[in-house]
Amino acid sequence: MRASDLLKPRPEGLYCPPGDFFIDPVRPVARALITHGHSDHARSGHGSVLATRQTLDIMALRYGEDFAGATQAAVLGETIDLNGVSVSFHPAGHVLGSAQIAVEHRGMRIVASGDYKRQKDATCQPFEPIPCDIFITEATFGLPVFRHPPDTEEIVRLLKSAAQFPERSHLIGAYALGKAQRVMRLLRDCGYDRPIYIHGALAKLSEYYQSQGIDLGQLDPATVDSGGKDDFAGAIVVGPPAAFADRWARRFPDPISCFASGWMRIRQRAKQGGVELPLIISDHADWDELTATIKETGAAEIWVTHGREEALVRWCELEGIAARPLHLVGYEDEGD
Amino acid sequence: MNRFAELLDRLVLTPSRNGKLTLLTDYFRSVEDPDRGLALAAITGDLSIAAVKPAMLRALVVERMDPVLFGYSYDYVGDLAETVSLVWPQAPGNIPNHAPTLAEVVGKLQAASRSDGPKVLARLLDSASISARFAIIKLVTGGLRIGVSARLAKQALADLGQVDVTEIEELWHGLTPPYTSLFAWLEGKAGKPERTALALFSPVMLANPVGDGDLEKLDPADYAAEWKWDGIRVQAVCEGGIRRLYSRTGDDVSGAFPDLAAAMDFSAALDGELLVGDPREATGTFSDLQQRLNRKSVSSKIQQQYPAFMRCYDALHIGGEDLRALPLRERRDRLEAFIGTLDPSRFDLSPLVEFPDWQALEELRQAPPHPIIEGVMLKRWDSPYLAGRPKGPWFKWKRDPHTVDAVLMYAQRGHGKRSSFYSDYTFGVWSGPEGAEELVPVGKAYFGFTDEELKQIDKYVRDNTVERFGPVRSVRADRDNGLVLEVAFEGLNRSTRHKSGVAMRFPRISRLRWDKPAAEADRIETLQALLD
Repeated sequence: MRASDLLKPRPEGLYCPPGDFFIDPVRPVARALITHGHSDHARSGHGSVLATRQTLDIMALRYGEDFAGATQAAVLGETIDLNGVSVSFHPAGHVLGSAQIAVEHRGMRIVASGDYKRQKDATCQPFEPIPCDIFITEATFGLPVFRHPPDTEEIVRLLKSAAQFPERSHLIGAYALGKAQRVMRLLRDCGYDRPIYIHGALAKLSEYYQSQGIDLGQLDPATVDSGGKDDFAGAIVVGPPAAFADRWARRFPDPISCFASGWMRIRQRAKQGGVELPLIISDHADWDELTATIKETGAAEIWVTHGREEALVRWCELEGIAARPLHLVGYEDEGD
Repeated sequence: MNRFAELLDRLVLTPSRNGKLTLLTDYFRSVEDPDRGLALAAITGDLSIAAVKPAMLRALVVERMDPVLFGYSYDYVGDLAETVSLVWPQAPGNIPNHAPTLAEVVGKLQAASRSDGPKVLARLLDSASISARFAIIKLVTGGLRIGVSARLAKQALADLGQVDVTEIEELWHGLTPPYTSLFAWLEGKAGKPERTALALFSPVMLANPVGDGDLEKLDPADYAAEWKWDGIRVQAVCEGGIRRLYSRTGDDVSGAFPDLAAAMDFSAALDGELLVGDPREATGTFSDLQQRLNRKSVSSKIQQQYPAFMRCYDALHIGGEDLRALPLRERRDRLEAFIGTLDPSRFDLSPLVEFPDWQALEELRQAPPHPIIEGVMLKRWDSPYLAGRPKGPWFKWKRDPHTVDAVLMYAQRGHGKRSSFYSDYTFGVWSGPEGAEELVPVGKAYFGFTDEELKQIDKYVRDNTVERFGPVRSVRADRDNGLVLEVAFEGLNRSTRHKSGVAMRFPRISRLRWDKPAAEADRIETLQALLD
């Protein structure tokens, strides 16, 4: 059979005709397999959803218990049969609960990796390379300029700045699912033991992470009730990036705006966003991780999606690996 | 090297002056000699390293990676130094025992000949981290462009040693990188470095603005008045054959004014205003003067068209004698006699302005005889020449600013305390024929308003946003809707960079005109009439 008979792009998302299911569909469908809980991959309103227990929990937290007609929890590494197509979920190392989905039929195996990274992350299970015929890779940071430094180096810089400017507060913009909790956990791993103040949008998910055994230490709401301006002097505050441009941020004394993202590798990106302390911490694979992973899977063909497809396709060509961009619509190019 | 690289990374993204000072003093305190001195020299522009051309840099990198992938990368990043620092491949098996120090990097670059320069650079990049690669490339391509002036670096040194910045400025030109004697003094480990070099800078005396009610307490007879020339304050120092022209903050600007420097064949230190024109015939306007500013080198055509001269108003030294302790009256007499011995096409005397009382001076101030006069200076006849800005002996009394009613067009978020406020405003005036008027931006201002007014404008911006581009919002502004800002400014220059053809000097918001309909804001012709 041809690979495109097993998985093919459709306006709703990546579709498997023999199995009759979609992977990460962007519109409501009868049966969806979902790699992880970020809102551009995990939408509400599907007939049934198959995902890891944690991804299902996260979707319920975000959309309410009735986010889908029916749900089924996939256990990592276990094979499930869907209309004769074998499907299995494997850790992707992106955020808590994230998984790659391997689809196998008549001797052909395609792995849809969803979003993934290879850097160690204490808040989720590490990526496992799955041997396959075709590997579908993301390309959010698919350019040789993206090279993420070790995340602890970034946290050390943050703590140094906090010591240098004890009268100011440090506001860290970080996405509410995954990045925020990873930053908090990294702070704890680097010995920061003061309370971390969080924006309300982070509360439910952070609580969920804690309930899953990921210790984030003491998190206090960054509300005006919990203190006057002076009480936030020297504080580290984590919130969604948009909140810092908002009036919400006025409660903090002379804040230093920080942003935890792989995009912070590019100075102009930081400058344009008014970021004073960029923290290059990403939940996506950087260039070196992407290229190493492609080799590790041993896949003869690579499909490249959301991001800078052309550079990764070019790299595959130079390495003698067949590759093509997979034009899927509806995913946030800016995701990180 | 890594600490220097980290410092550059922080400085370039830190907008506040105090933030920059903290970063600099912390760096100077925690980094040892000679690295910190070399970093200082790099920042002040006193480090000489043979330059590597951008084309050479590009050639080096495409020898090492696929040119197509480099092309994608450069297109995305947009800055060559940054792209190269990011994509430079780690050399296999070439992991150095320790990260190179700034001194090692500078040493290798300075020792490199022109022909083996690129090879030396490549080897340095092989052994450096990403941030360090960026810093190395900045060093060799010239110009750090991190928003730190030499003056700010000197202020950081002053903070480090708890001394006045004028003490640093006074010593500066006698010192060379890596400034170990300077740091030893600032850290209290050695005495103040001796001033042994010739033709050093003497910190200048500055004036305070005339405040409300200041003049009533003063006797006009105690003060000399002069025009306040809107040129650049300079200090011309010649000693033992060494000639130097210093800016107000002690930067050596001789290179930009070779015509004036050539006429400095005397032994003295003079204080005055650098202007263009021929003082015997006509003085150029500020737009003329601008032709000579911010240039590293200056063509002979420009020198002929806009010759530089110095209008002198004080003498610090003459013939080896220090005059600074003498009263102004005596210094003035000495200066007048001395000017007569100099080339009259390059040096003249700033004339005294006679006035019987403050009211008469006020009238002169409001209607000065030349466009490059921006007010009057008052100097106490009995005052010695003191470094810094002592309160009392010298006053500047500026002409009232120009104002224009403009319409708010774009607002940008500020930084630090203002990071959640739209606090930087681009404003425009009307242009085009009646019935088809459109706003043309004429300037940008980010101060002049109170905290309360800032909150009001911020709310207005949020409520009237039509478009967003990153931290910038475009605000509804047409004939029927718009916030009128009264903008005060010191002067207007022609500008080819701005669509409106004008650039304001020192614009600030003087009043919010909530009462004024947008259609009644000023037209571009009002501003054009101010251009000379």
